Amino acid sequence: MRGFIIKEFYHIFRDIRSMVVLFGMPVIQVLLFGFALSTEVKNAPIAIIDHSNDQVTRAITTKLLSSGFFILSDQVPGEGHIEEVFRHGKVKEVIVFESDFASKLEKDRQAGIQIIADASDPNTANLVVSYTSAIIGDYQQEYLKGMSLPVTVRTESQMMYNPALKSVFMFVPGVITILLMLITAMMTSISIARENELGTMEILLVSPMRPIQIIAGKVLPYVLLAFTNALIILLLSYFVLGMPVKGSLVLLLAESLLFIVMALSLGIFISTVSNSQQMAMMLSMFALMLPTILLSGFIFPIENMPVPLQIFSNIMPPRWFIIIVKSIMIKGLGFKYIWKETLIIAGMAVFFIALSIRKFKIRLE
Amino acid sequence: MKIIEVENLVKKFGSFVANDHLTFSVDEGEIYGFLGANGAGKTTAMKILCGLSSPTSGKVMVAGYDVYHQTEMIKKRIGYMSQRFSLFEDLSVWENFQFFGGIYGLSPAKIRERTTELLGRLGLESEKKQILGSLPLGWKQKLAFSVAIIHRPSIVFLDEPTGGVDPITRRQFWEIIYETASQGITVFVTTHYMDEAEYCRRVSIMADGKIVALDTPANLKTKYNAANIEGVFLKIARN
Amino acid sequence: MLPIIFVIPVVQLLVLAFAVTFEIKNINLVIVDQDHSVASRQLVSKFAAPTFYHIKAYSDSYTEAEEQLKTGKAHQILIIPNNFEQDLQKESKASVQLITNAIDGSAAAIMNAYGNSIIMDYNQDILVDLSGGMDIKPPIDIRYSYWFNPELDYKTYMVPGILVLLVTIIGMFLSSMNVVREKEMGTIEQINVSPVKKYQFVIGKLLPFWFIALFELGFGLTLARIVFDIPILGSLWLIFGVASVYLLATLGIGLLISTLVNTQQQAMFLAWFFAVVFIMMSGLFTPVDSMPEWAQDINIINPIAYFIRIIRMIMLKGSQFQDILKPFAAIAIYAVCALTLAVWRYRKVAS
Repeated sequence: MRGFIIKEFYHIFRDIRSMVVLFGMPVIQVLLFGFALSTEVKNAPIAIIDHSNDQVTRAITTKLLSSGFFILSDQVPGEGHIEEVFRHGKVKEVIVFESDFASKLEKDRQAGIQIIADASDPNTANLVVSYTSAIIGDYQQEYLKGMSLPVTVRTESQMMYNPALKSVFMFVPGVITILLMLITAMMTSISIARENELGTMEILLVSPMRPIQIIAGKVLPYVLLAFTNALIILLLSYFVLGMPVKGSLVLLLAESLLFIVMALSLGIFISTVSNSQQMAMMLSMFALMLPTILLSGFIFPIENMPVPLQIFSNIMPPRWFIIIVKSIMIKGLGFKYIWKETLIIAGMAVFFIALSIRKFKIRLE
Repeated sequence: MKIIEVENLVKKFGSFVANDHLTFSVDEGEIYGFLGANGAGKTTAMKILCGLSSPTSGKVMVAGYDVYHQTEMIKKRIGYMSQRFSLFEDLSVWENFQFFGGIYGLSPAKIRERTTELLGRLGLESEKKQILGSLPLGWKQKLAFSVAIIHRPSIVFLDEPTGGVDPITRRQFWEIIYETASQGITVFVTTHYMDEAEYCRRVSIMADGKIVALDTPANLKTKYNAANIEGVFLKIARN
Repeated sequence: MLPIIFVIPVVQLLVLAFAVTFEIKNINLVIVDQDHSVASRQLVSKFAAPTFYHIKAYSDSYTEAEEQLKTGKAHQILIIPNNFEQDLQKESKASVQLITNAIDGSAAAIMNAYGNSIIMDYNQDILVDLSGGMDIKPPIDIRYSYWFNPELDYKTYMVPGILVLLVTIIGMFLSSMNVVREKEMGTIEQINVSPVKKYQFVIGKLLPFWFIALFELGFGLTLARIVFDIPILGSLWLIFGVASVYLLATLGIGLLISTLVNTQQQAMFLAWFFAVVFIMMSGLFTPVDSMPEWAQDINIINPIAYFIRIIRMIMLKGSQFQDILKPFAAIAIYAVCALTLAVWRYRKVAS
């Protein structure tokens, strides 16, 4: 067994390409995606058509522009040109103040603002509009203060776990999961498929080693490597991306180890169903990539998907690990809250191993 | 003493019969040639003998053990060199010996001793630090053979060991085989080169999953009235 | 090959278009009503009315409600403190707490806005009651309009982007595999000894993929129109025109990759790495505008980002050629560079 592990390390360290893949890619991707993936609205370009240009509209404009969400973009000469501006691209929202805004507000206690959003990107439109109306609502509150409305219910909003609404909290757990999953499964499946392809697997099989020992010997070094990878990724997330680790670090590492074992068994399974490195690579890259990115809740919340896809997402291992990572790192929860997810991942690991052993036996028939 | 005994071995894949009632035996210490055209069922039979695959029916004993239940015991007593040259190309010569010796449970001291001895015999001691992938094919094949006998098996299976090498290297390779056999290790070899069959003590020729001829090369030549084994083979193939 | 051409787009469009959505349709709310008064029940009934809200549980203790937030069963908690009605009547002022799980920041912002607007509504109701049925509006009247996609349907936004993904994968992967495959199998030697000119060979290799990818685009657009009812406001000609130039760029990258590597596996690996980075950064899933400056700068070399921007503009907003001039010029330059570099590298490899 010791010889096996040493040999596998020789394979890995002599192959510069796989070394780069192993350690370079996760680092690049964690940093790149950790910083770049975001749905926050910051400095969104807006245009304002102010038909009054009085002290009230100017005050609202200043309030909007000092919020940090918006910057003033091109001048729009009039309502007729809005479509043209949107078609050109940059501007997300146009705000139109009706004429005589201040005096109408004073006399009729009623003045109108129109918010026109470019909703070709619905999420951004939604966010931009809700920020705008919140800011205008604020102004209204201040404005009304002097006039004292008879009755009001005030809302104290609290943003739990992520008061600054940083996108990092949403995306980094996903990036960690996806990388661990893809890299681990890919490494294992390729290294086993390589032995199959080169014929060395046959030599190993005629030896007195049991198949289980052969596989374990091959896989153990990758457990170590993947775990090292997990550590690097976690360190980067903590120190560079500013992710908290509110819960127990030991629990987080233990869960990562479990997830790695699961991904490895998936890799073993992939290698038993593919007859070349090529196919193993195809399967672990393409077949795994899109579903793990899309159906795991990494970017898109699962509960918003249609029911069949929600059901399908249950068999995606990353889905459960993302919950675990978020629970431990951000919510600071203990094992009590994630035992179910842990059990599911463990179950998947057992399932893939059992399936691989079956497949393996059939091959020997 | 018989080291391999096969009686009525049948192997079916679905309705396809790959081995159709094979019966033969191999004596201890002999060089046994296992010939046949591509697809005749040689590799299937060899895999069964090595414990890589199990027979559908029939009696198969290797080194005194039964292939149905005692494959683990068999595996300890056999060596195997596959058709595709298959040591680890990215490991050095020495590391390959270390690894395979370890698999067969030899102690580090034993591995060192045997590696030195085997490399010495090949005259490749000075190459032991070389990465295998950088060596010429002929050397790699000799090394693969040495690795296959590092644990002193009772029998070694060679699956087309000399594919793609030049006549001189083939010649040297057979010299090593003879030397090995003289130490009491039985050699079971498949080959495409009919001239190599002449080096064997006995040969069997397979066609369509059956053994159609089995004897010493000399007897076969007389029986089929041919000048060499190639002639025998062609005559059988035409029928 | 034929099944791949037809099956992949259908599967991709169906799965991606439905999976990829930020739309919030269902907010699971836990209500902690510590007041149990008429006023508090009225507020609760506002949330219970058919809206985005689904009331997951009523609870008396905050700890119990927080548990639901921790386990992920609830998104939001509304807490009505125990002298809510009293405060409202005596001091004309009361407060409630709205706690949102904000791990997904942008969803949280929207959920918070929904909650606030319902409470504002409730305020309105009280005012109307007090003033004896007189209609009192807040002084500033905000009217919204969402152009190009009034229902805020996320599919409308995603499908054009997915079409880009489709043609890219075909273009980049198939072409990156192709030449290296010939190299691996040794057939490239055959071609090199023949009198075929290098550029003829390259054209011969790439043209089929170019056609296949354009066909895919047409097929995908048809599906988008029929199945998803996605508008195509701009000109189809313009879409295909841009696509054909864009494909030259992707095919060029693919070819370049295949001249840089020795095995199909390496080709696949490189193509995969670039595809993942390009796709994630392209604005397909998360808006480019939300990325930090330097990440947006990386997109200067990202052809997928340009094309996704263009196709969304043309299809959803009816943008015309002058609107897309800049990104289109970028793609064109890209195509020229990638192809030149690829052909130059290829000649070196071949000779």
